[in-house]
Amino acid sequence: MTETIVAIGTRKGLWIARSGDRQSWTLEGPHFLMSEVASVAVDTRENRSTVLAGVKSWHWGPTVQASTDGGRTWTESAERALAFPADTDTALERVWQLTPDPNDVDVVWAGVEPHALFKSTDRGDHYELVRGLWDHPHRPSWEPGFGGGAVHTIVPEPGHPESVLVAMSAGGVYRSADGGETWAPSNPGIRAGFMPDNEYPEYGQCVHKVARGQGEGELFAQNHNGVYRSHDNGATWDSIADGLPTDFGFTVLAHPRRPGVVWVVPVADAGERIPPDAQLQVQRSDDAGETWRQQVTGLPDHSYTCVLRDAASLDMADPVGVYLGTRNGDVFASADEGESFQRIATQLPDVLVVRAAQLT
Amino acid sequence: MPSAPVRVILPGMLRDLVGGVAEIEVESPTESQTVAELLDRAFSGHRILDGKVRDERGQIRRHVKVFVNGEDATRGQGVGAPVPAGARVHIINAVSGG
Repeated sequence: MTETIVAIGTRKGLWIARSGDRQSWTLEGPHFLMSEVASVAVDTRENRSTVLAGVKSWHWGPTVQASTDGGRTWTESAERALAFPADTDTALERVWQLTPDPNDVDVVWAGVEPHALFKSTDRGDHYELVRGLWDHPHRPSWEPGFGGGAVHTIVPEPGHPESVLVAMSAGGVYRSADGGETWAPSNPGIRAGFMPDNEYPEYGQCVHKVARGQGEGELFAQNHNGVYRSHDNGATWDSIADGLPTDFGFTVLAHPRRPGVVWVVPVADAGERIPPDAQLQVQRSDDAGETWRQQVTGLPDHSYTCVLRDAASLDMADPVGVYLGTRNGDVFASADEGESFQRIATQLPDVLVVRAAQLT
Repeated sequence: MPSAPVRVILPGMLRDLVGGVAEIEVESPTESQTVAELLDRAFSGHRILDGKVRDERGQIRRHVKVFVNGEDATRGQGVGAPVPAGARVHIINAVSGG
């Protein structure tokens, strides 16, 4: 029987919602109570039920925990699974992103703070620093965003193992065409309105999230002020913010099968990090951002919360499920591609990451 | 003649990771060693503790304290602080959080 799980990482632990029909849900947890869980990956490659979590104890530091039974039991390597090499004289602050690679079933990418990318070739047991990005001459000038300076987004290209994109706040988008050996900034068209002079620098943009669409070379990006689309795998970017109530937000989601279908969760403004008009909402486009429509059924008004960059997810079912977690500890689920939502968790700590998947 | 062993007392939050062990007795080859050398020896049989107490540079984590005979070593020389033979070393989680 197929089970849908929603892994919910929060400031104070991890919860897992489960459902057989995406209507009735049970909630398990907390795992890692009082530790921050900022990153989760559900690895279903080869029918696995592996869940990886980037866990940070405020006392005992960051680590990666793993479960091979869909999040019911967890193990941690006795040796550090992910650590900076001695020659870098750098300590890991937080694991911000865990991304199973679509081209190699043994590869898992990790984006961390401070700005760095790691790669595991043993399914997430151990990770090695990707030197090509660490040694990039731009790195000393990448600035931390409010939450810290991290590689928070990793977008491999299915069918092209040599092609990987990362994004960071505030460094912008970088791409590699050789599997991570070398990297180049790729931000043409992305505005950095907070810069005093040149608003279109080569790099330094505050990219909040990038999602891969299903069109040829299709990517979508939610920025610190700005929503963008690329048709050339991130070489260039065009604004698709017209028609949205606001161009600010943290997250972006792209349909796993239908080209041009994309969701964002708008935030009123950089200075007002609440939903527009205090109505928690999703904005959906079916034409790659040419037009947008609001989806709010089941989402609260008089809402003064916020959905952070990784606190939204899709599942792979048909119709696609849409999931949102808020900073005031609610999680909403839609089994009909955003047309209607139900609350599946409430009163949790602030939600940092949501990842949904079907387990068989 | 061997020096008196050093006793390393673990905080409750770490004991679950090592099967409930509350205290590690460390035989010391010399009269004095540094905190770093002591922790190397103490954690050699409990590798998971090393990543909890120290970062990968070998520094004591920000919200962890190491007391040597009642003195907070993290305020002074840190991992370079001397640990005399027979010392009692407490590892504690700092009073912090929200």
